[in-house]
Amino acid sequence: MTLQSMAPPVGARPPAALTMAAALNAAIQDSMRDDPTVVLFGEDVGPLGGVFRVTDGLYAEFGETRVSDSPLAESGIVGTAIGMAIYGLRPVVEMQFDAFSYPAFEQIVSHLAKMRNRTRGRISLPIVIRIPYAGDIGGVEHHSDSSEAYWTATPGLTVVSPSNPADAYSMLREAIASDDPVIFMEPKSRYWMKAELALPVQTAPMNTAVVLREGTDVTLIAYGPTVKTALATAELATAEGLSIEVIDLRSLSPFDDATVGASLRKTSRAAVVHEAAQFGGYGAEVAARLTERNFFHLAAPILRITGFDIPYPSPKLEEYFLPTPDRILAALGTWEWS
Amino acid sequence: MSLNVETPIVSTASAPQPLRLIDDTGHAVTDDAGGFTLPDADTLLGLYRQMVVARRFDVQVTALTRQGRLATYPSALGQEACEIAAVASLAPGDWLFPTYRDSIALLTRGVKPEDILASFRGEWHSGYDQYEHRIAPQATPLATQALHAVGLATASKLKRDSTVALALLGDGATSEGDAHEAFNFAAVWQAPVVFVVQNNQFAISVPLDKQMHCRTIADKAIGYGMPGFYVDGNDVAAMYAVTSAAVERARTGGGPTLVEGLTYRMEAHTNSDDPSRYRTAGDVEVWRRRDPIERLETYLVSIGALDDRVQASIREEAEDLAAATRECMTRPVQVDPLELFDHVYASPRPALAEQRAFLSAELAEHAALADQASATPSSSTTPPSSTTHSSSTTHSSSTTHSGAHA
Repeated sequence: MTLQSMAPPVGARPPAALTMAAALNAAIQDSMRDDPTVVLFGEDVGPLGGVFRVTDGLYAEFGETRVSDSPLAESGIVGTAIGMAIYGLRPVVEMQFDAFSYPAFEQIVSHLAKMRNRTRGRISLPIVIRIPYAGDIGGVEHHSDSSEAYWTATPGLTVVSPSNPADAYSMLREAIASDDPVIFMEPKSRYWMKAELALPVQTAPMNTAVVLREGTDVTLIAYGPTVKTALATAELATAEGLSIEVIDLRSLSPFDDATVGASLRKTSRAAVVHEAAQFGGYGAEVAARLTERNFFHLAAPILRITGFDIPYPSPKLEEYFLPTPDRILAALGTWEWS
Repeated sequence: MSLNVETPIVSTASAPQPLRLIDDTGHAVTDDAGGFTLPDADTLLGLYRQMVVARRFDVQVTALTRQGRLATYPSALGQEACEIAAVASLAPGDWLFPTYRDSIALLTRGVKPEDILASFRGEWHSGYDQYEHRIAPQATPLATQALHAVGLATASKLKRDSTVALALLGDGATSEGDAHEAFNFAAVWQAPVVFVVQNNQFAISVPLDKQMHCRTIADKAIGYGMPGFYVDGNDVAAMYAVTSAAVERARTGGGPTLVEGLTYRMEAHTNSDDPSRYRTAGDVEVWRRRDPIERLETYLVSIGALDDRVQASIREEAEDLAAATRECMTRPVQVDPLELFDHVYASPRPALAEQRAFLSAELAEHAALADQASATPSSSTTPPSSTTHSSSTTHSSSTTHSGAHA
């Protein structure tokens, strides 16, 4: 089989209730049908279809040449993807779980992120690294990390995280088409979230934040798994007469200053919610950045409602770790409301 | 019996002799050399020419570094046979994945001295056109480039091209996980890639027996299911014969090969190293007598392939290159501070545009202050960064630094 796909061109699909995992699957499938240079490899992504079944059926459609199980070595996966990209392919690779991406840290930070700059733009690396991340699924140790801050602290990477099936499809297609390397963080607790979709669907550009729910009193900033939490919080808050605007960041790097800043200037109060530990976490950057740029619009300090500064806990303890609507509302209650 | 560090874990078989075609004294080896035969005289003469020229470049750049005109330069003096044989075995369309020590491989593949030195002068991290030369940026994190070579070779195979990738590694790098992963991926995927490990016996100061507990690096190939060759890395004839065969094997679908060249790093690791702390002058002298260039020269003279006239022309070529290398150092370092932002992302980013504008304004301000200071010499105003940035009023694009920047 050659790289030229024998598959029919992408057409509209009938509306169907799709999980995020299915939407991601369709995004990879459509990208591979559209572009013969897209290849997919990683651990268990072949006949098994990935441990979360995100790559289900792709091996059967595209064959061993374009979809392959790799040896079990994450640095090897990213390192070889870099070589393939230098030669004109667009690899989509999977790190099976968040914490299993760490062996690839050097390849990601020292090469993937820096290659374009090092070569004065001659070598672009259009690679997507899919990372199922975060907790709330009762995972055993090393299966629930939120490692986004490692990647957002690295210039040269684009880091995005969808929160719903429509964005999952649209953002993954855009990530695969991007000439920049993208760390695509998939909130594994939302893999089974369903939405009625008629694919292909195109949502807002991948590098933008969106206001998911309008409000007037507080801007609640979330991404990936905590977007659902933030929306639930906003719903609860109405009973208390509090109007919460919910922003789904979607893109962690770049950060959409315009959208988030505009919301904050409207509400004058903001809080950021994530699962990762607080100290040195992504929320610190959000708070500092918004404060620097909007200080005189602020009525109160920007809050971070996050996981504690501890390693991710065992399944029976994670409910105490994860930010909940109650905890978020309690935090908002610590502000002085005049 | 308990398994402790004293327990012999590997076979007690004695270390094998490296494969060689021309011995230390410059005589053709008559014993069986694993089926490999001496390259013809023209090929050897070409390799000799490239080695002499490469050494002249290496010596010149080391001298420039000692003068403080380059930030650093990892020399490959004594390793010319490995470097030149590896490059010579490649077709123009093949790819080379070098390390920081392999500047003479770049030179031999046609990269201009000024483009090689751009990184060591501090102008930019990689100074040549990677696609024009089909040479990846020189890798500093050890063994990481081996995986890139495997990936590129695999892409070539997927596209049914005939492109081969060759990765250069050092002995110390074989301790890195990426070396293991590269060997394994290459074998599993049957990638058209050749690994040339230059065993120069030291990882900065650490000798090979503290890196591994097996007989040779080449032996490791067995564990991955690929052929491994233990070669006299100071015998360019043997290195060329083996690497050429490995490249051809890769090109014709035979998969990867590991080639270990046993050689010696004659110079310090870099100019900031002090080899007297970890090896004696006597140790070095033993290897000086095994010099790869002298050995080949003796052989070529003995078969009548190298005479004074040819020697003179090679020397002239080498001196011309040395002069050109010195000449390029007289040109001022060219950097554009605003270029810092230009290549990080393919998609423009507002935040970087902001920071670029900030730096641009800062440069303009410094330039204006410098102009003001020069217009009023009695003024006590000291412009910030006055020694680094041009005081000319043209601050918008290219800024010229002093040649002594490094």
